[in-house]
Amino acid sequence: MAEQQKPVAPATPVEPPKKLEFRLLGHNYTTPDLVAKVTGKAKYAEDYRAEGMVFIKLMPSPRPHARVISIDASAALAMPGVHGILTAKDLPAPPPPPGPAPAAAAAARPAGTPAGQPAGSPAPQAAAPGGGGAPAAPAPAAGAAPPVAAATPPPMPPEFALTDEPVYEGEPILAIAADSEELAAEAIDRIVVEFEALPFVIDPLQAMRPGSPDGRTQGNVFVGPSMKTVKWTAADMAMVDAGKFPVGAEATETLTYGDIEKGFAEADLIVERDSQQQTTSHQPLESRSAMAYWQNGKCYMHVSTQSLARTVASVAGWVGIKPEELVLISEYTGGGFGSKIPGAQSMAIPALMSKKLNGRPVMMRISRAEETYIGRVRPGYQGWVKMGFKKDGRVTAIDTFIVEAAGPYRRQGDHATSANLGSLLFQAPNMRFRGLSVATNTPPGVSQRAPGGLQASVWFEPVVHEAAKKLGIDQVAIRKLNAPEGQAQFGLNPPNTPAGRPRNKLTSCFVKECLDQGAELFGWEARKANSGKRTGSKVRGIGVGTGAYTAGSIGVDGLCILRPDGKLEIHQGIGNLGTHSVIDTARVIAEVANVPWENCEVVWGNTSLGLPWSSIQAGSQTTYAHTRANYATGNDLKKKLTEIAAKDFGGTPEQYDTNAQGVIRKGGGLRLTWAKAAERAIALGGIYDGTEVPKEINAMTKAAAAAHKGRGLMGVARDNLPRDGQTYGFMSAFAEVEVDVETGVWTIVDFVGVADVGTVIHPNSLGGQINGGSLQGIGHIRSQKLVYDPHYGAGLSTRMHHNKPPTILDVPTNAQWSAVGLPDPSNPIGAKGIGEPSTVAAAGAVLAALADAVGDGIIRRTPVQPEHIMEAIANGGKPAYEPLTAFI
Amino acid sequence: MSQDGMADAPGLQPGHSRRNFIKGVIAAGATVSASSYLFRTTIMGQNDGMAGAVERLISLDVNGQQRRVDVMKNETLAMTLRYKLGLTGTKLGCDRAECGACTVLVDDVPRYACSVLTHSVRGKKIQSIEGLASPDGTLHPVQQAVVEGQGFQCAFCMPGFVMATVGFLKTNPTPTRAQLAHGISGNLCRCADYNKILDVMMVAADKSRGA
Repeated sequence: MAEQQKPVAPATPVEPPKKLEFRLLGHNYTTPDLVAKVTGKAKYAEDYRAEGMVFIKLMPSPRPHARVISIDASAALAMPGVHGILTAKDLPAPPPPPGPAPAAAAAARPAGTPAGQPAGSPAPQAAAPGGGGAPAAPAPAAGAAPPVAAATPPPMPPEFALTDEPVYEGEPILAIAADSEELAAEAIDRIVVEFEALPFVIDPLQAMRPGSPDGRTQGNVFVGPSMKTVKWTAADMAMVDAGKFPVGAEATETLTYGDIEKGFAEADLIVERDSQQQTTSHQPLESRSAMAYWQNGKCYMHVSTQSLARTVASVAGWVGIKPEELVLISEYTGGGFGSKIPGAQSMAIPALMSKKLNGRPVMMRISRAEETYIGRVRPGYQGWVKMGFKKDGRVTAIDTFIVEAAGPYRRQGDHATSANLGSLLFQAPNMRFRGLSVATNTPPGVSQRAPGGLQASVWFEPVVHEAAKKLGIDQVAIRKLNAPEGQAQFGLNPPNTPAGRPRNKLTSCFVKECLDQGAELFGWEARKANSGKRTGSKVRGIGVGTGAYTAGSIGVDGLCILRPDGKLEIHQGIGNLGTHSVIDTARVIAEVANVPWENCEVVWGNTSLGLPWSSIQAGSQTTYAHTRANYATGNDLKKKLTEIAAKDFGGTPEQYDTNAQGVIRKGGGLRLTWAKAAERAIALGGIYDGTEVPKEINAMTKAAAAAHKGRGLMGVARDNLPRDGQTYGFMSAFAEVEVDVETGVWTIVDFVGVADVGTVIHPNSLGGQINGGSLQGIGHIRSQKLVYDPHYGAGLSTRMHHNKPPTILDVPTNAQWSAVGLPDPSNPIGAKGIGEPSTVAAAGAVLAALADAVGDGIIRRTPVQPEHIMEAIANGGKPAYEPLTAFI
Repeated sequence: MSQDGMADAPGLQPGHSRRNFIKGVIAAGATVSASSYLFRTTIMGQNDGMAGAVERLISLDVNGQQRRVDVMKNETLAMTLRYKLGLTGTKLGCDRAECGACTVLVDDVPRYACSVLTHSVRGKKIQSIEGLASPDGTLHPVQQAVVEGQGFQCAFCMPGFVMATVGFLKTNPTPTRAQLAHGISGNLCRCADYNKILDVMMVAADKSRGA
């Protein structure tokens, strides 16, 4: 592993910035939470117990769409040991309908932000980058739906924890609390619910058929925050029935850049295809269990959430209380992958049940089957893509039509994000995207690791592969030729955007270096001999893909306290979801202020401990956002240390510095130990002990500072550093596969991922993100899916052995990774996020390798199952397997 | 057995039954009673009309200690460990023998604690993640390898993987990487950090041999 962790020198450097060297950052260490994890002491939400705790069971809807007419719970509530029932009527009143501004926000949802912002929750961070095609103002919102006309239908109501109109099978109708889970289940069994069945739809394309049912009573297509009914023509549907996507059919969303007709006119080669990819469930290993109780007017909740600071407002909104009335505890979270960004609606259930029971602790254990229903999904696509190329491989135009299976609640926008990333990754000079976000009575969609990004890879990479084959161009070369670099521009605009509006641009991009280093590490040139090589029934194929995703937001806070015992407490509002960013980014403060890491204690996981405002733990934002914020905080701490030294020992602060022991006089010796400096700060008060804090920090940080003022020397700051552009992370992936053409079974023989994440801050964590993120992308290609019975609208893949997340046997046992390591110039630390670019790149590389092995005509849908390959081979190399059917 | 195998396991977890669901829809039309199909009652419930009615006091050998505990006859070892003995290091990821998060050793053999009835392990040695380190806090070599290599991400799967590896290494102390992968392939990691898991567990094999 040692050599894998050392980034390989770039093969063809183009005046690259120098790598940054640090004392702590970039070196492996053990995160302080790891021993608790490996000894079983780490407590996740369902590991908490409380005196008198009762248990909840949910009644899931048996129907994909229905209206509850009546609930008779009398028999259940008469049972001894049954304590209460919670129904939709017990939930807080819906918030006022969003106005025009939220409409735009919903349409231009930043990557990685939850689609379902709850009552009372803040809008997604305005500065969040636009993986959803949503750049910061004043650039146009590339992911935005077309402007909504005046006669627009009203905005759709938000999703709630319990409902009287279930819109997917398994949606919770009510909850029962009892002495035990078994008893609660018994009680549920005795409740009689009368339903009125309502029409439903599973396959988005079937919702487009004239006269077909709509997924919601308000319509079948999400347009901004509203819905309307859109039906295609009989001719369009005849094409669908014939297995051909109707390219000329009506779309509700259009985004363009350049002149698509001109682009295709200039092309020497045009490649087009219908394509389809599946809806997949997130399946974090820890389900969204939650425990709640009330004490002294406050609601205490143990929850499983990705973010911590950014979960408070959403959960408070769902419970119907003020954020300051909520204490959230989430020290460890067993994965989320986008499905628990701000917690989950369902977390309101134990809180409200507990309130009904006068504060008695209530545990809601979510089973795996329940998690599959309520735990969110990545929207699947059906559609078409067409790309034009010059003889040298340069992309001249991209045209695509994507129908996304949005689930029942709101527009997802993954499809627009895919278009945005197509524009970015292939620097298309001319591009058009048309799309529909169709309501389906299937589990609600939400961001899943690289939302729209993974799908972009599946959409575009096989087309690029086919083009390179036809043009006789090397697969790495064609990607390098079209790849962005430096401050490259990208993005699409809604129609009628005034000419000359600025486009998105990157803060940095070294994806070409990723391709060079990956090719070297993989041995691309030598492996070309394996392309199409047949041994018995087995054929080899090699493939390469590139991935990009948002990798950083700005404007969050940091907080630390140097205590009189000489220890530095570093407070983090970041959730501990497994990426280690909650600890990794804390090290920046120690780095900047020269505090030994052994002197540092990281405080996280409990909002009553006084935590600073944070980014959401999604959209690969955290590493960038919090290395910047903690850089500012570390500098604030150091500045105060030198100021105190100057006050006490004369001279100016600039004449002082810090070393491992404390504050030194430059060219002289130690003047203040860490402990002494903390004592002096307490004596000085004011800005030094946190009595006075900067005006611009967030209210949550201010409250945290107020709680800790007077305890030591406080470093506290908001990230006010400049940024010009959008920060994206990149990766190249290389794969070799072996396909048995007599059985269709395929394996990945070898895999390499090389990332552009700016400065590497923790190599071991980065390796996990690259390989793990890659395998999540590969799982999409290999096996993961949701299957629905279209007649009953019933889920048929509620367990892991049905929906098939990848196993340890699905990986090549010697996958390698590396990182370019060149710093992003917009971050003094130089770091960017990586969680998502890996997922994108790996999927594309494996698909390309499969196409390389069996031919470009074979694969038109994911996951690529053996039977798809066999049927296509039997069909003369053309796809034969349900080309446009979803949820199979 | 239902078509999807969901309703047949006698565990604590009620589930849907597809077959009964469909029958319910056909029989009841627009008006259906949840009781007709939504939940299969537990065996306990079916027999006694009231869940949790009968517990029996038994002795279990858990992490080298004799523990007296009241156990229902349909209670799984995972539930006994987690809810009766306070050993929450054993995680429930699926509660149905799919993910391995609940893996413990029963007489040195890795078992899914979600799918073992507590009554069936009386007189056997049960070891959970909490019993792996020495009483003085010294980590087991497998745990030590994880810590040194910064293994795992969210770590919800980690106790199960660690116990599975400890058990596997008892049968094959010198595995190849591929053999190790097969040996612990009954465990899922949704962070999909399998390569790093194999890295640290190969080191763990060395450490366990005292290499």
